[in-house]
Amino acid sequence: MFETLILILDSTVRLATPLLLAALAGLYSERSGVFDIGLEGKMLGAAFAAGAAAAVTGSAWAGLAAGILVAIALALVHGFACITHRGNQIVSGVAINFLAIGLTALLGQDWFRQGGRTPPLSGDGRFTNIQLPFAEALRDVPVIGGLYSELLSGHNLLVYVAFLAVPVTWWVLFRTRFGLRLRAVGENPAAVDTAGISVTWLRYRAVICTGILCGIAGTYLSVAQSAGFIKDMTAGKGFIALAALIFAKWKPVPVMFACLLFGFLDAAAIRLQGQEIPGIGEVPVQAIQALPYILTVVLLAGFIGRAVPPKAGGVAYVKERT
Amino acid sequence: MRAGQLPRWADYGLMPAINVVAAFLVSGLVVLLIGENPVEAVRILVWGALGWNEGIGFTLFYATNFIFTGLAVAVAFHAGLFNIGGEGQAYLGGLGVALACLALDRFVPWWVTLPVAVAGAAAAGALWALVPAYLQAKRGSHVVITTIMFNFIAASLMVYLLVNVMAKTGSMQPETRTFEAGGRLPLLQTILPGVDFGSAPVNLSFVLALLSCLLVWVLIWRTRLGYEIRTFGASPGAAVYAGISPVRITIVTMLISGGLAGMMAINEIMGSQHRLLIEFVSGYGFVGIAVALMGRAHPVGIILAAILFGILYQGGAELAFEMPAITRDMIVVIQGLVILFAGALEHMFRPLLLRLFGILAAPASKPA
Amino acid sequence: MTAPLAIELVGIDKRFGSVRANKDIDLKVAKGSIHGIVGENGAGKSTLMSILYGFYHADGGEIRVDGRPVTIADSQAAIALGIGMVHQHFMLVENFTVLENVILGAEGGPLLAGGVARARATLKRLAEDYDLKVDPDAVIEDLPVGLQQRVEILKALFRGADILILDEPTGVLTPAEADHLFRILKVLRDEGKTVLLITHKLREIMAITDEVSVMRRGEMVATRQTSKTSMGELAELMVGRRVLLEVEKQPASPGRPVLQVENLTARDGRGVDVVRDVSFEVRAGEIVGIAGVSGNGQSELLEAIAGIRPVRSGAVTIDGTRLDLARHPVDAAAMRRHGLAHVPEDRHRMGLVTSFSEYENAILGYHRDPAYGRGPMLDIGAIREAARVEIEKYDIRPPDCLLRTAGFSGGNQQKIVLAREIERDPVILLVGQPTRGVDIGAIEFIHKRLVALRDAGKGVLLVSVELDEIRALADRVLVMFDGRVVGERAPETDESELGLLMAGAAQEAAE
Repeated sequence: MFETLILILDSTVRLATPLLLAALAGLYSERSGVFDIGLEGKMLGAAFAAGAAAAVTGSAWAGLAAGILVAIALALVHGFACITHRGNQIVSGVAINFLAIGLTALLGQDWFRQGGRTPPLSGDGRFTNIQLPFAEALRDVPVIGGLYSELLSGHNLLVYVAFLAVPVTWWVLFRTRFGLRLRAVGENPAAVDTAGISVTWLRYRAVICTGILCGIAGTYLSVAQSAGFIKDMTAGKGFIALAALIFAKWKPVPVMFACLLFGFLDAAAIRLQGQEIPGIGEVPVQAIQALPYILTVVLLAGFIGRAVPPKAGGVAYVKERT
Repeated sequence: MRAGQLPRWADYGLMPAINVVAAFLVSGLVVLLIGENPVEAVRILVWGALGWNEGIGFTLFYATNFIFTGLAVAVAFHAGLFNIGGEGQAYLGGLGVALACLALDRFVPWWVTLPVAVAGAAAAGALWALVPAYLQAKRGSHVVITTIMFNFIAASLMVYLLVNVMAKTGSMQPETRTFEAGGRLPLLQTILPGVDFGSAPVNLSFVLALLSCLLVWVLIWRTRLGYEIRTFGASPGAAVYAGISPVRITIVTMLISGGLAGMMAINEIMGSQHRLLIEFVSGYGFVGIAVALMGRAHPVGIILAAILFGILYQGGAELAFEMPAITRDMIVVIQGLVILFAGALEHMFRPLLLRLFGILAAPASKPA
Repeated sequence: MTAPLAIELVGIDKRFGSVRANKDIDLKVAKGSIHGIVGENGAGKSTLMSILYGFYHADGGEIRVDGRPVTIADSQAAIALGIGMVHQHFMLVENFTVLENVILGAEGGPLLAGGVARARATLKRLAEDYDLKVDPDAVIEDLPVGLQQRVEILKALFRGADILILDEPTGVLTPAEADHLFRILKVLRDEGKTVLLITHKLREIMAITDEVSVMRRGEMVATRQTSKTSMGELAELMVGRRVLLEVEKQPASPGRPVLQVENLTARDGRGVDVVRDVSFEVRAGEIVGIAGVSGNGQSELLEAIAGIRPVRSGAVTIDGTRLDLARHPVDAAAMRRHGLAHVPEDRHRMGLVTSFSEYENAILGYHRDPAYGRGPMLDIGAIREAARVEIEKYDIRPPDCLLRTAGFSGGNQQKIVLAREIERDPVILLVGQPTRGVDIGAIEFIHKRLVALRDAGKGVLLVSVELDEIRALADRVLVMFDGRVVGERAPETDESELGLLMAGAAQEAAE
């Protein structure tokens, strides 16, 4: 029983990692007042770029760099449309999702001719699991040993990066000048403007941060979790991440817990497939899969707390004519 | 004419045209990047879609789907609402159609089943839009986010139903049994004498789609309700001044929008597949956004845009066959670019155009 | 005046499209003084100050600060020159603490820690020096408005401002808060700061400024030493002696009451009572004018009666039908059915949908009228025909009912609204700012129409900030100040007497 739990928690961590990276990515953009439903597309683009670059160069690090660059490029398209040209942020996000799905499959087939896949990665082409010190030695110690060697140890680098990104994001947001201004511009861009700070440049920097983290998220999918890119491999994770971001009310630490919760639901759904739960009976897997979205809608409806988005979100900044 | 305004024809004709051309030019660059000849690609694509009867049939079949989902997005646009949930609403619409067909197909002819199926599709689609609509109207929860969530909830719900409840006995396939004759719409070529679309599944739904365009046009421009919808969309302040209830308009408009999206299932389920199966919507709901944007939310524009996307879908399939390097995914890229240029970047060329019109108008306004 | 000048403006010009918001403005502000700038809304005060703060760029003219010509490219440049601004709508991030708001844009380094500590010390010092006490860790949205404003002042001082611009600072304050603000401003002046106070409240000018400049319709019309002028003179300068509007009309013969307002109280968007316990009546065959400086509750009063703005308490009776609006809210459509018509103040946001064709706007609010179609349908032919008739009757130009409404001039747009509301034969017409942004020819036409409506035995309630217009049209004048009706006068009443009432002088005397 305990071992089963550890195993579920272990896969929770693995499944939560891409959600966490993408949700934190969205946090930067949305906190600056730029809504982003294109997390999915940026992640997918990055996953493809990372898979392709790692396959060609044989280096996971080259994959990471390519993934980040492509995600930033897509983020800049979003910025160009929404910040510079004051276009509709939702429409732009939809467009980016389409572009990513189409281009990754199209170029994937053209370059590698494996039905949209990138060639399988091995060795240095992947981020492999890292054994923390003494993980082997402690394995047999009851409880703690299992927790340490199974749950904490033995993940790849990007998992640790993702969880490290939580305190870092918190620190950037609440302890740096950039974070202060970022939060301010999402709430009241006019206040930022009158303080002599460029709203445009600030928001561009925010979407670049979004690009970087989406890039890592995508790279995780194709170069760390799997051994190569598969067509449509994000499979809606960008939207679950968006749901997690809203569910966590746009705050970094709650974002982590929301992603862990959603990751856990995913892990449990896999585990529970076809199994009876005593007293409840068989829980349909689909019900568990839909739970993140249902929870988010319930939250949005204001039945459990209230998710108040950044006040200036979704609206392009235009100097008001008094 | 005031400064900073374009003539109406430029606003509704020229601007979208320029944006779409820009999208296709960039698409051409992508084709070049793959190392194929864009001009040749266009030739194959257009021939594949329009050069032979079966091609035209498929083009119209796809266009039927796009007309419904495009209309759904457009109606919501008129009220200033962004219904991004066409995907889920259409999926649920399939449930409505299937229930009608499964219940009736063995007992009555198709023309008795059809009105029930239409009602089922529209009701199921509308129902799926109701919760987001209510939450937007009463609680201010953003309809964009809630409809996205409802797309995913719909996907889970339908998989559950198809696997656990509706699957035909003894089959592992997540799909219902195949409908009998009473649950199948006639193909267009069987109704129209002298027309031959080969094996293309274009069916009576195409007529239904054109009829829906007419009804939407009447609704938006010829009824009191449509007037209220447009007023609320153009100016919420003026709507309140005119005594139009924002809550009522939001909910009613979303119901109509969801209903139209649900109607798409008539074409796919009753017209072509003759059974309910998973993921039959496969992105048509999202493409509706591109169709509505390109068609400027006007039924005539939507028909044209839907046919253009139908050409892309059918021609793209031919293209993938003739030029294997250009897979059908190219269509998705073009869709993305159309949404980007005709939607998110719709104002990019406006300053340029304004300046151009300014230069053109200047000599005329200067008295000699 | 021999004192050195803190600010000197020479020939400032600013256009927005075809509107000239500032015309050739000259202004001299002495160092270490409190200088008031008065004028009605739309006189160009805020635009001028936005230019000084680098938010807009002047199309022409020169700005000198401390005697040196400067260009103020953006707010950062203004801050560097020691200019600070307290905006009418606070530029605060509501879910930030006081401290966070104060340091925003002046953090003193990429990390907050050091800057925060320094800011805390500076705030403490400023609080003591200028009597500006605020808890630095309080969150803005939890603070009363008066304290929020204090944070705005602290923001400016923290950036080292020597010249402080305050734009309508008392609009949101209670009298006690306003008095406290004035004490602070005096302390600031005594410490050598220069204060520019933008307001339309004459009482404040008299109470606190050393000098005062008056703006009207984008021009600087006069500068006076406060000790050598009077409220009456300033009121006259503000409103101006324009060509007297002549409207031919016979004495009114009022009949039965068609609109009775009892103890009406309504709030604005921020939840502040802006209409307070207002009662009056309008009879058939008379025009009642509500005079007042804008922002004293007249706009909200109209909206409340029209069914657009929720009412907190009070009732309205239209032609004998009493409606308890607080208990049974009624929407604008229901009000129309009772016989009320409404020409709203803001025709762009309410009265018209500017992207619609003319004929579509001709039925706004009356689109459920059986005359325009059967059942759920609209009869476009009938609507266009009715619109054409109105176009002809009201001489709307160009006479094209298919034209997009945005393409009509201000005067013709107003005629579209007026035609729509008058032609439905209401028992009572509410009219807000009927001639704002309207050319002279149309003004005359609109005025004649209103008088004709009165002579046809209808009641008219007219709200205007143009005193001349009220005097020319109204049969009785009610003056509103601070949400209340502070007096009723005959339209022949001396202009300066009305001006004093509008400036809240009666209120002052009562206090």
